[in-house]
Amino acid sequence: MSKERASASAGRVGSGEQVAGSPVATDERTITLELFRYHPETDAEPRFQSYEVPYNEDWVVLDAINWIKDHVDGTVTHRWSCRMGVCGSCGMMVNGEPVLTCAAFLKSYFPFAVRVEPLVNFPVERDLVVSMDGFMDKLEAVKPYMIRDDVNDTSGGEFRQSPAELAKYKQFSMCINCMLCYAACPVVGHEEGFLGPAALALGHRYNKDSRDHGRSERMDVMLSDEAMWGCTFVGECSVVCPKHVDPAGAIQQAKAMGAQEYFKAFVMPKGAGA
Amino acid sequence: MSHAATEQHDVVIVGGGGAGLRAAIAIAEENPAFSVACVSKVYPMRSHTVTAEGGAAGVIKPSDSLEDHIYDTISGADWLADQDAVEYFVHRAPEEMVQLEHWGCPWSRMPDGSVAVRPFGGMKIERTWFAADKTGFHMLHSLFQTTLKYGNIVRYDEHFATKLLLDDAGRCRGCAAIELRTGTVRAVLGRSVIICTGGAGKAFPFTTNGAIKTGDGMAMAYRAGVALKDMEFIQYHPTGLPGTGILITEASRGEGGILVNKDGRRYLEDYDLGEALDVSDPRHPQKRAMELGPRDKLSQCFVKEMWAGRTIRTKDGEVVHLDLRHLGEAKIDRRIPFVRELARNYAGIDPVHQPIPVRPVVHYVMGGIDVNSESATDIAGLYAAGECACVSINGANRLGSNSLTELLVFGAQAGRNAARFAMENPDLELGGLESQARDEGERIRRAYFSAGARRAGSADGGGASERIAVLRNELHEAMEDGAGIYRNQESLEKTCDKIAELKERYANVSLDDHTNSFNTELTAALELSSLLDVAETIAHSGRERTESRGSHQRLDHPDRDDDDFLAHSLAFRTEDGGAPRIEYRPVTITKWPPGARTYGADSGLKREAEGSGTGGPSAADGNTE
Repeated sequence: MSKERASASAGRVGSGEQVAGSPVATDERTITLELFRYHPETDAEPRFQSYEVPYNEDWVVLDAINWIKDHVDGTVTHRWSCRMGVCGSCGMMVNGEPVLTCAAFLKSYFPFAVRVEPLVNFPVERDLVVSMDGFMDKLEAVKPYMIRDDVNDTSGGEFRQSPAELAKYKQFSMCINCMLCYAACPVVGHEEGFLGPAALALGHRYNKDSRDHGRSERMDVMLSDEAMWGCTFVGECSVVCPKHVDPAGAIQQAKAMGAQEYFKAFVMPKGAGA
Repeated sequence: MSHAATEQHDVVIVGGGGAGLRAAIAIAEENPAFSVACVSKVYPMRSHTVTAEGGAAGVIKPSDSLEDHIYDTISGADWLADQDAVEYFVHRAPEEMVQLEHWGCPWSRMPDGSVAVRPFGGMKIERTWFAADKTGFHMLHSLFQTTLKYGNIVRYDEHFATKLLLDDAGRCRGCAAIELRTGTVRAVLGRSVIICTGGAGKAFPFTTNGAIKTGDGMAMAYRAGVALKDMEFIQYHPTGLPGTGILITEASRGEGGILVNKDGRRYLEDYDLGEALDVSDPRHPQKRAMELGPRDKLSQCFVKEMWAGRTIRTKDGEVVHLDLRHLGEAKIDRRIPFVRELARNYAGIDPVHQPIPVRPVVHYVMGGIDVNSESATDIAGLYAAGECACVSINGANRLGSNSLTELLVFGAQAGRNAARFAMENPDLELGGLESQARDEGERIRRAYFSAGARRAGSADGGGASERIAVLRNELHEAMEDGAGIYRNQESLEKTCDKIAELKERYANVSLDDHTNSFNTELTAALELSSLLDVAETIAHSGRERTESRGSHQRLDHPDRDDDDFLAHSLAFRTEDGGAPRIEYRPVTITKWPPGARTYGADSGLKREAEGSGTGGPSAADGNTE
């Protein structure tokens, strides 16, 4: 409702044209958003387009983008849903940093312009939307599900798990798949085979779960070639993670676990030590 | 809109949230040779199940009983729930919860390794399983990750379904869906179809619901001829953050949080909800009383406090305070950390030191696609489960923490029944279905992209140009003004008229974007069209129900009327697409005749009086994770 009351100036600063039907400028404060634009059907190259948006200190960057789409330019394309930092849809680069735009308040940038781009290290589909194909494949690759024979047998009630056992993996189960860590990671961009922070943390989450029996199967994937070893412990993934998952910590633990498996493989037949 | 090759499966599921994924696993598990399509307008882990916070109900502790869960659900529903369905639901719930535990859901635990439970509103005894206060998030991700195990679940991520496809025998055999990446319209065919597309909170301006909750599946079924049942029953959650509508979970009250008005009074005790025990009293929080009363009553109490001038004025409207300070930082961080994160980020206050401003917010649609207790609609081969469906176990008011369990129990049931139907109806005639999908693509192109549509939508063309956001805002206003917590004949009639007007104006909706790739302006237009149909059923069903029951409160008919309205409303689409036709079907009563709905001292807290303790095994325990 407050969004609609904020019917201040609108117009495309970049193109200089007055938009038909948009409200006339008033003396209310505004903030400039510079949006990355790219349409695969019409654009050879991406460009930036600027929009003046009414400044509301309760607004997040996502609110400003939605205001543009609703009132000024319906062609602006982005993903979003929950607006409360848990669905993971609205990650973008804001002034060069990967953030959830539903958690990035305009007041942290005002009065300066806010530049919004799609997450780096992903192919762009259109405007602020990136392709998730590779990311989804990597998630699937680590076998992120409970592996044990009686997984569908509910007759014995719940598998017991103490609070201490839960605490061993809980943090790594908090990932919302927002992909900010892939945008922050210097390895993801140039090592195709690198599974990346979120997928490795997810594999590690199941490896650390006391109910799971699939570690050796999972480690076969995680230990192959560049899957995990490419990580150079820059740690940016953990810095940008909005949910404090600490994928860098997960990878470090997984590497230690992997080294053990590696040595075990010399003295025992494969899988026996799982 | 171009066309793609037809995709053929055994069962097609529309919607990739909790119910859809649970259905997919049920089918894949029991029918390894089957191919299951999961068509979703977003990637599954973006589905709105992800935002559910407090927990999921299932009887597991020896102190609890199936009977209690059934009674709490039926009385919470103000006797509008079908009792055979509630019995099935409650009996299946524990097994489904354990199954999800086996699939990896990180439920919070007791020191002995068993799952922990917490109390929720309207419950005689604590039975809510929880994963801190991100229960829906963990459930959705556990389900999604489990689906990755099955090679026979084929996902159509970011495919927007627009129409159900029926064969000559009237059986539902798939859907037409727009692949967002390319704009291609695809026929996704199967021998049966399950709709699991969630609710329609976005018909209202102030809602906990995410952008995607636009009633698309409800509208699709309605347009195919299925009734939308009990649509007048809209749940307001009593504790949303002002401005944004972000949910502050009921678990915050289950853990002992209290609600106070501008005078610091725990005003709920003025509304027959029990006695305000001191927060240091070991019997606090008392179940089925005060802050743990049901959601409909608590939201209604807020409005009465507001009318009496005892709420607190803020720049985002009137609020009351949810005070958690007495819980202490350690308990808040351990049990409801997300509440602290949300309050800090979006309200700028730390609940460890300050009370949280809250007000009622549209949260859940009790009504939905009319299905029987087998999750089947009146169209052969078409099933529905989750918030989009109305079985009904939720009646006139859903009990907190029943919806997450509902999507498991009925998602699995719908999956099994749809698989059986597919087995028994193996023939699939492609030709007619493909041509329906082609026609649907053509309809969309004509309506939104053609020269005619552009002319009609332009100021100097056939009609006045209409912008999506303008129509949507007017719809929001009409729904809040006329179909909110308290309603009357006049307000509902005005809303019905307004929606009719908006539907006419929708014909002149004008898009800026006429391209194919990832056209989210087109999907927003389609979503608005769904919302208009769904909103119309809400307003008309509300206008026809001249009684007050649960969440449907008529100021001009303040009493419950079991003689005339112990019945489900059924809104059918009419030939011309105008106002729906409303019919009624009696509620199924098995063992629990309608009674007075009491909370507080009279709520039958016999079990507690017998001394099993009120804090329960988990609530008082500081060691659970």
